[in-house]
Amino acid sequence: MRAITANRLTDGHVVYRRADGIWKPSLIEAERFADDRAAEPALDAALRDILTVVGPYLIELDGERPGGRKHVREAIRLKGPTTGTSLLYAQER
Amino acid sequence: MYRYDEIDRSIVSERVEEFREQVSARLSGALTEDQFKPLRLMNGVYLQLHAYMLRVAIPYGTLDARQMRVLAHIARHYDKDYGHFTTRQNIQYNWPALVDIPEILEQLADVEMHAIQTSGNCIRNTTTDPFAGAALDEVEDPRPWCELIRQWSTFHPEFTFLPRKFKIAVTGSDADRAAIGVHDIGLKLVRNDAGETGFEVHAGGGQGRTPRVAVKLRDFLPKGELLAYLTAIMRVYNLAGQRDNIYKARIKILVETMGAEAFTQDVEAMYRQIRGRDLAVPAEEAARLAAFFPEPSPSTLPEGVSDAPGYARWRAINVKPHKVPGRAIVVISLKPRAGAPGDATADQMDAVASLAERYGDGEIRVTKEQNLVIPHAIAAHLPAIHEGLREAGLATANAGLASDIVTCPGLDYCNLANARSIPVAQALSAALFDRGLDEDTQDLTIKISGCINACGHHHIANIGLLGVDKKGEEVYQLTLGGVADNGAAIGKILGPGLTPDEAVEAVAACVGVFRRKRKDGETFTHTLARIGFEPFKEAVYGQ
Ligand code: HEM
Ligand code: SF4
Repeated sequence: MRAITANRLTDGHVVYRRADGIWKPSLIEAERFADDRAAEPALDAALRDILTVVGPYLIELDGERPGGRKHVREAIRLKGPTTGTSLLYAQER
Repeated sequence: MYRYDEIDRSIVSERVEEFREQVSARLSGALTEDQFKPLRLMNGVYLQLHAYMLRVAIPYGTLDARQMRVLAHIARHYDKDYGHFTTRQNIQYNWPALVDIPEILEQLADVEMHAIQTSGNCIRNTTTDPFAGAALDEVEDPRPWCELIRQWSTFHPEFTFLPRKFKIAVTGSDADRAAIGVHDIGLKLVRNDAGETGFEVHAGGGQGRTPRVAVKLRDFLPKGELLAYLTAIMRVYNLAGQRDNIYKARIKILVETMGAEAFTQDVEAMYRQIRGRDLAVPAEEAARLAAFFPEPSPSTLPEGVSDAPGYARWRAINVKPHKVPGRAIVVISLKPRAGAPGDATADQMDAVASLAERYGDGEIRVTKEQNLVIPHAIAAHLPAIHEGLREAGLATANAGLASDIVTCPGLDYCNLANARSIPVAQALSAALFDRGLDEDTQDLTIKISGCINACGHHHIANIGLLGVDKKGEEVYQLTLGGVADNGAAIGKILGPGLTPDEAVEAVAACVGVFRRKRKDGETFTHTLARIGFEPFKEAVYGQ
């Protein structure tokens, strides 16, 4: 599965795109796409949304969590820095 | 300290106003992100994983109590109550909102600070010995020369669009606490046989993806010739440096391709051509700049004594000799057990400001080891300083020990990272403290970078860790034998990559080998040269 993420323009915080085009901090609410192809129209719309977000892109999902090659990075984007916690943080979640 | 003149002041406040307009234009859609990005970078504003990041210049790592209080205020009101001091002797804020940044810059400008030239292909903030003007072994205070370079390079039209960013470091003593061997240009103040001081000039060093130790261009350059010679180096680089490939654009690649000899000849030829009136630094100008950095007055009070818990150890490890009688250099470790290296809370910054003000002429330094320094502490007040630091949670007695670990922000914050650095440093710090491995490790250096850009200086660590991405997992390469100061060297890879937990154990094992095998007074480099890589390999990989 795929979802669309970006950083919010005003404060840079991580957001995910809902099916109605609204950006939210929670991944749970994000619209899901079967693959890159299916996400294309929504990604095009996201890329035009320049007053709200910076740099929208697709992430891979593994069930409810970020997956694929960038899973550690995307887990940290979703949950925040892992400093001060277990080294296994990103994997444990 | 150097104080802004009217020109500096008006340039900085114009830049704040200009940036305020640029932010508004971006928010209203008048500027696209592609148009805005280079503008925000010119003002030190990056977009990281979770937020914008603001990098604030601390010229040659020197600041006063008033400025430190403003840094604390910014951390408290616009960030999550902390800031991160970096290996470039700057501070980074990890969480400011874009909409607040013009206001932050305005508050910085009020105390003569800014974020200009902290990014982009210009001459960056010049770095120097954090003990400048205080070190017992100093030939001459390098700060007036750093200030000269700052004034000469800020907004210099010829050097605003270099092939790549450019970093200059200056040291005033042979011990070289500024890592001049791994900078684009490294300068060391030396005395010649006639008793005059001048510069030993190095160029072509750097870290990143292709680490190189600088080559020496000159044994002695008369001080007044500094700008002519720097201009000559910059001009040769600007004309011949490769611009079409960012991996080859640094001066280190040019020096390597041309060869040290040919490069030196070109620089010398250019220097002969351009030297003269415009670029000469008159003795009066040098004296004018030097006057901004007066030597602290001696103190006749006897050094303070204390039997407070931890005082003796802290005095032995974190306090260094000062060239002025009755003064001392205090290193404030930002490396508590399992802490995030270089992080300081707003309250801690305020505490340091107060202590510096009360007991050290108000002056503070930032080190490339990500610590703070009160350079001119009055020795009589060392017990009071220790007490104040203890209350602020800043009295960790490990300056220069193994647990004084240097790290970049890594994958917890950085957009370019492959792997995390800070949590590895935290786990390692806990292991070193808890297993007693920190004892007797003076001058052993451990540094961690989250990718090959090497912001965490891993190449020049005795024991370095580099995070790489192996099929989506964090893997660490361990290197041994790097040296930062005085005879820089690049570390060599010990063996196959390690998981985060293995990396922590591997470094701890290497520290253990060093402690067991070292002979009296040996540094890590000596021990490694004597015993070779095998004992370390065995300890890490069990072969
Ligand atoms: C978090 C945002 C950061 C970004 C995007 C960033 C980016 C980079 C890049 C791309 C390079 C390689 C330059 C090259 O090889 O030409 C580099 C080098 C470097 N950075 Fe950073 N960096 C960041 C943070 C830091 C921090 C926090 C520090 C200090 C702790 C730092 C200190 C350095 C140093 C010392 C170098 C090596 C200088 C050299 O290339 O010789 N950077 N950085
Ligand atoms: S070394 Fe890499 S991961 Fe670390 S701060 Fe620099 S660019 Fe980011």
